[in-house]
Amino acid sequence: MEGFIHSVTLEAQLCNGCTNCIKRCPTQAIRVRGGKEVIEAERCIDCGECIRLCPHRAKRAVSDPLTLLDRFTYRVAIVPPSLYVQYNHQENQDLVLDALCRAGFDDVFEEAEASQLISQATSRILATGSTKRPVISSACPAVTRLIRVRFPQLIQHVLPLVPPMELAARMARRRAVERTALPPEKVGCIAIVPCPAKVTMGRAPVGSSHSALDGAVAVSEIYPKLLPLMDGGHTPPHRAAAGASGLGWAAAGGEAHGLLGVENHLVADGIENITRVLEDLEDEKYDSIDFVELRACPGGCLGGVLQPENPYIARTKLRAMQRSVGGQVEPMEGEIPPEMLWDTDLTYAPVLELGGTRGERFERYNRMQTIQRALPGLDCGACGAPTCEALAEDVVRGMAQVTDCALLRCRQLEARLKGLEKGGGAEE
Amino acid sequence: MSESIQLEYTVPGNDFTRAGEASADLKSTLKRLGLPAAEVRRIAIALYEGEINLAIHAGGGQIRVTVDDHQVEMILTDQGPGIPDIPKAMEEGYSTASAQVRSLGFGAGMGLPNMKRYTDEFDIQSTVGVGTTITMRVKIG
Repeated sequence: MEGFIHSVTLEAQLCNGCTNCIKRCPTQAIRVRGGKEVIEAERCIDCGECIRLCPHRAKRAVSDPLTLLDRFTYRVAIVPPSLYVQYNHQENQDLVLDALCRAGFDDVFEEAEASQLISQATSRILATGSTKRPVISSACPAVTRLIRVRFPQLIQHVLPLVPPMELAARMARRRAVERTALPPEKVGCIAIVPCPAKVTMGRAPVGSSHSALDGAVAVSEIYPKLLPLMDGGHTPPHRAAAGASGLGWAAAGGEAHGLLGVENHLVADGIENITRVLEDLEDEKYDSIDFVELRACPGGCLGGVLQPENPYIARTKLRAMQRSVGGQVEPMEGEIPPEMLWDTDLTYAPVLELGGTRGERFERYNRMQTIQRALPGLDCGACGAPTCEALAEDVVRGMAQVTDCALLRCRQLEARLKGLEKGGGAEE
Repeated sequence: MSESIQLEYTVPGNDFTRAGEASADLKSTLKRLGLPAAEVRRIAIALYEGEINLAIHAGGGQIRVTVDDHQVEMILTDQGPGIPDIPKAMEEGYSTASAQVRSLGFGAGMGLPNMKRYTDEFDIQSTVGVGTTITMRVKIG
């Protein structure tokens, strides 16, 4: 395991200890302690849902600054298709790619090109049946991480292919070394990323022992820098090579629609929706599905928390761009190249279990139930845990006290006051 | 030393939006207890089938689960119409579900056979006009 490297962090001075984020975290990784929110590192999957929800803008994704480019002799931007449709005045991908080259990159590599290869490899894997059906996409790193901590039974269904961004970086580095004859370490492959999960992906990949990515710059960071470089006063050189199917991966459903010969697929987006689908897949409630595409963000990568544009408007622009580009994915010839495949197994991380031997777990669970019965059951979050059940669990884990419950404290005080009124004071 | 855990659920009749809640809750509890994933899956599937049966055929019922260190026992009881011919009901594909229920994708006649298949011990007792009790056990290594 990779030592729990994360990109989602808290700006402590902005956090006022409200409970919006703790309630909606898909792995119950967040608590409020001492008036500030705390993330339990081993549970966090970097989905970015708390960033989306925080009304105080206290949650942030720590990505790399553009100054990272200075560390390399030759810099390649790994460009996600969603970036093209963040702007209003773009007519084609070349405007955006050209702006990147003028913003300090020496070359660009379109993630959509890698996506097309992954579509080909996926069709092949589905045809050979080497991965258990239904095959679940591994493109969204938050989904892969969610499966790893919550759905051990589904691990063997996950497509053992690296995500497009990683494949793009591997291809880009090879191409740069061929073109420049520089040693590989002088080449910087830097991804432009829409979400914290993809920031973490380069630093702590899942399924790969190493990543070809040298850094990740948030779309929100590069967006304003590219804006003045797309003045439209000149015709940009032609660099774009990706076809409609690769571009489609920016939106939920794009990956599934790009698969050849796959009739029955399921597409779901948004962290709560995909969790429900995973629960049902685990229970084998659908038996005729071949492929499952899940995206943690609503609308897919277009809905990433680091994207400035409204994802639904972006989707309309994406469709127009796909129509103008066209193109078909051809079936893959020959074997799937090793650089596309995982080189390490995805393993279950039992971070949501009650620890200890089986006997200890049973004892803890029963103690938890007893505590929970004493709690008001309002799930108000005032104690800092998302639900009364979570507080009971925290008490059993030794991380909280029953008296953290404000209502329970209140009731105890009332009882004591009543005792005093009766002139007893005997409770003291 | 070896404690056991008791869980109880009430399944409402004919409410397809809620059938499945008990098996979902049991599954998350067993995962939290760190029981082997393969057995948890079998238990969840078997109980889901049972819940659906309670909802479709029995007008609802009760589920009692006992988890101890070597097995998970699920007892489903109802006060429904009862099953006149149990061997027939255990045949794959045999169903008394209405056309309306079938149109919802249920009632394929696989409920009881699946419950038997996914568990290590399966027992069914039924009296027409009184109700049905199903006991299922899954061993945990």
